[in-house]
Amino acid sequence: MPGIQRIAGRAVALERRDVDTDQIIPAAWLKRVERTGFSAGLFGAWREDPGFVLNQPGASEAKVLVGGANFGCGSSREHAVWALQDFGFQAVISPKLADIFRGNCISSGLVPVEADEDTVAAVFAALAADPAAEVVVDVAQRTLAVPAAGILAPFGLDDFARWRLLEGLDDIALTLRHADSITEYETGRAPWLPAVAPKEPAAR
Amino acid sequence: MTGRLFDKVWDRHLVASPQGEPPLLFIDLHLVHEVTSPQAFEGLELAGRPVRRPDLTLATMDHDVPTRGLDRPIADPLAAEQIARLRRNCAAHGITLHALGSIDQGIVHVIGPQLGLTQPGMTIVCGDSHTSTHGAFGALAFGIGTTEVEHVLATQTLRQTKPAAMSVTVEGDLAPGLTAKDLVLGIIRALGSGGGAGSVIEYRGAAIRALSMEGRMTVCNMSIEGGARAGLIGPDDTTFAFLEGRRHAPRGALWEQALDDWRELATEEGPVFDHEITVDAAALRPAVTWGTTPAQSVSIDDVVPEPGSFATPGQQQAAQRALTYMNLKPGTAIRDVTVDAVFIGSCTNGRLEDLRAAAQVVRGRTVHAGVRALVVPGSARVKAEAEAEGLDQHFTKAGFEWRSAGCSMCLGMNGDIIAPGERCASTSNRNFEGRQGPGGRTHLVSPAVAAATAVAGHFTLPGDL
Repeated sequence: MPGIQRIAGRAVALERRDVDTDQIIPAAWLKRVERTGFSAGLFGAWREDPGFVLNQPGASEAKVLVGGANFGCGSSREHAVWALQDFGFQAVISPKLADIFRGNCISSGLVPVEADEDTVAAVFAALAADPAAEVVVDVAQRTLAVPAAGILAPFGLDDFARWRLLEGLDDIALTLRHADSITEYETGRAPWLPAVAPKEPAAR
Repeated sequence: MTGRLFDKVWDRHLVASPQGEPPLLFIDLHLVHEVTSPQAFEGLELAGRPVRRPDLTLATMDHDVPTRGLDRPIADPLAAEQIARLRRNCAAHGITLHALGSIDQGIVHVIGPQLGLTQPGMTIVCGDSHTSTHGAFGALAFGIGTTEVEHVLATQTLRQTKPAAMSVTVEGDLAPGLTAKDLVLGIIRALGSGGGAGSVIEYRGAAIRALSMEGRMTVCNMSIEGGARAGLIGPDDTTFAFLEGRRHAPRGALWEQALDDWRELATEEGPVFDHEITVDAAALRPAVTWGTTPAQSVSIDDVVPEPGSFATPGQQQAAQRALTYMNLKPGTAIRDVTVDAVFIGSCTNGRLEDLRAAAQVVRGRTVHAGVRALVVPGSARVKAEAEAEGLDQHFTKAGFEWRSAGCSMCLGMNGDIIAPGERCASTSNRNFEGRQGPGGRTHLVSPAVAAATAVAGHFTLPGDL
């Protein structure tokens, strides 16, 4: 996963709250066994409407999606993040991203930008005035900007998530630095805890 | 330690709390299914990593399995490939798989509790948002994405920032005929969509205590529909009675030891939560959703609401969009809304208690002309138990299709879908646009209301038949 420092480019404004992951990538697409090839499925049903924002000129060059509150709610499907990335998005802005979706964004390197309601409203207004306005997401500084509209605001991202996004780090490798702690924990687990199958020493 | 169930379960799973990083939590049980796992196994193989604890991992097939014709090859080549991959991945990594055709196969959140694998105080994850179901046992259980599935396979841990703790207290008694489904739809309406975001909800109060384990699972199952990370209910004698004697439940001296431990998990009196709401059970009536999020519901006695009646412009716009999609006019009585299909099943309402409630309503009656009605048991064992009681006969004689276990029409991945424009009364958990098939319209209800609606052809209560 490549690291991401800063994203600057066009944005698509999807001014709706409660956009669920079934809309972002319909279930029929979940039969794929790859992490790629989801672009055509992104907002599959809504894109049938010629007036939908992704069908407007310039949308295919956009790097940032701006959504309403509770964006990404519903199903845990990480395919929603992969579909947004396949289409070309590198960041999603919302007043509140749904919890699992937000975690999946960090996992796959789609920058989750949660800014306050007023800031997101200002971004929507700026894009309504000029759909081609450049939106800048600076991961290092944790800021969101629309320079032409004079918008510059911080967004919330914990230090660890920021570091992972900046460096494009493999989370499993980071966790395996604590392999000794995991092994030690395993020796102290309660004796009644269930095991699905007997532990296979050979598989260790 | 604040004496909250959530903190007790959280604290006992801390493996490491490195400076400047979210803590690492040990995962006691990892449930795996065919749809969200192939990319995770591929990632492991590319990195040359083994599955750390196959003994704490259980796989089944549920999301895109056919629910009829199990004696024939799977017709959908993509689904067949996913299912074949799961077989190969489980075989390669020594993971137990309850495959299609096994009596232990079923929806992942139905089989965990059924096998006694879901126990108080555990941490349970799965690449499925309805993993919150297992919280009914006082386990901390939540849905994860595929990258996290890979992480758990490789490390048996998950890095998690601790969510906030919310309490939802349900006082009073549910009126006769009201179910856990009506209760949780009422709770979600009170929370609002996304109202539980960033939180683990502990459900408390007399009405929760009075629920069966099946009912508690229905409530915890839909925590995610209020935006919550997980739902929890303190374990009590109802929990222990459900667990005792199940295949993976502890026995003998270990059972006694476990009981002593589990009894200490319950939240003590007086702890403070980050957010608290109270719901009056006695004020609830059977719920029917009218919109495209589970928070958009009313009582069956009500009418379709006016978008203008909602508080914020965002909610008003969402209501207007939902009514357009659902093809409903404000002011229409819910009882006057007719349906084309009825679906009884899913991880929300596909357990034996749910099928009994529905069968009791349809017994000796006939599905309304033109209504297609489907019963899909939550697991192969639920199906067998229902058949042993003769429930299948009540359903099929009434005109229902009696299917094999799987997620089926809850998300329509396996071809069990409704047609564009059709309206379905469904016991599932999501009424999102197109959830049960492109262009389909879903109304969430309890099993009893779904069954009565199948008979009447429009939304109705069993008592109205």
